[in-house]
Amino acid sequence: MLIVDDSSVMRKIVERSLRQAGIELGQVFEAGNGIEALAVLNERSVSLILCDINMPAMDGLEFVKQLPNVGNAKSVPVVMITTEGSEGHVVQALSAGARGYIRKPFTADQVKEHILPVLAGNQ
Amino acid sequence: MNTLGTDNYAPSGRQYWAPLLELSAQEVFSLMLGEQLQPAPELPCTQGLDVTSMVGLAGSLCGLMTLRCSNNSAALIASKMLGSDGSSATQLEDAIGEVCNMVAGNFKNKISGLGDGCKLSVPTVITGSNYSLCALVNDCTIEIGLLFQGEPLVISLQLNG
Repeated sequence: MLIVDDSSVMRKIVERSLRQAGIELGQVFEAGNGIEALAVLNERSVSLILCDINMPAMDGLEFVKQLPNVGNAKSVPVVMITTEGSEGHVVQALSAGARGYIRKPFTADQVKEHILPVLAGNQ
Repeated sequence: MNTLGTDNYAPSGRQYWAPLLELSAQEVFSLMLGEQLQPAPELPCTQGLDVTSMVGLAGSLCGLMTLRCSNNSAALIASKMLGSDGSSATQLEDAIGEVCNMVAGNFKNKISGLGDGCKLSVPTVITGSNYSLCALVNDCTIEIGLLFQGEPLVISLQLNG
C-alpha cells in the first residue's frame, strides 16, 4: 500500500484508520507528493494507493493521470483522501482514474466503507 | 456529516457563516481527534496564542483562514492526531497546519456552490507572537472563539470581496 500526502501526520492517521478498520495493509510505503509517489512505484509494487489532492510539486490529480505510464502500477486502484470535497472535485478525480473518494475529516468506518469495495474489485 | 449550506455565498449570505465555521471545526476535532470543542463564552484574547496556521482561499471566494492556539494546545492536538504521548516540533506544525486545512475544506464544502470554484493553498504555520498579519484587501472578517480542553482557540476567516 502506498499513502501519498504532504502531511506526515496525515499519512500516519490514514495508516492508523486503515488498521482500525481491520484492513490488511501489508508493507506500507509513504510519499509526500506525486513525484515522490511515482518514484516509489518505479521501485515497488503495491496493491492500493491512497492519495491526497492538494500537494506541492505534483498534486494528486496529476499523479493519477501519470499513473498509466508506470508499468507495474497502471492497474493499481487509487482512492483519493482529501479536503477537496466538492462534487466537481470528485468528478475530476474519478475522471482522472481514481476508484474512490474519501473526504477529510473522516472516521475509520468511512475509510473501511470506501476501501473494502475497491480492494474487492467491486468499484 | 452535517451540511447547513446556504445557496448564496455572496456577502449578503454570510450571516450564517460563523456557525458554519464553528460546525466545521467541531467536526474536524470530533472525527480526527476524538475531542469536543466548546464555544468560548467570549472571543478569547489572542495573547499567548503562539501558534498560527494559515490556509489561503482563492477563486470564487478569496481570503485567508487562520487558526490560532497556544503552543501547549498545538502539542496536544498533534499528540491526539498521532495517537501518541509526544510530538516533535515538525509534527506539531504539520498537525496544526492540517487541522486548519481540514477546517477550511470542511467549511467551504458546506457552502452550496462554493466548493468547485474555490481552491485552498497548502497550509503555512507561524510560531511565536511577535508579528502582525495584514491582509491587503480585507472586506469582511468572521472570527470565532472555541475552547479545546479549556484552552482558547481562535479561528478567523478574512475575506476579500
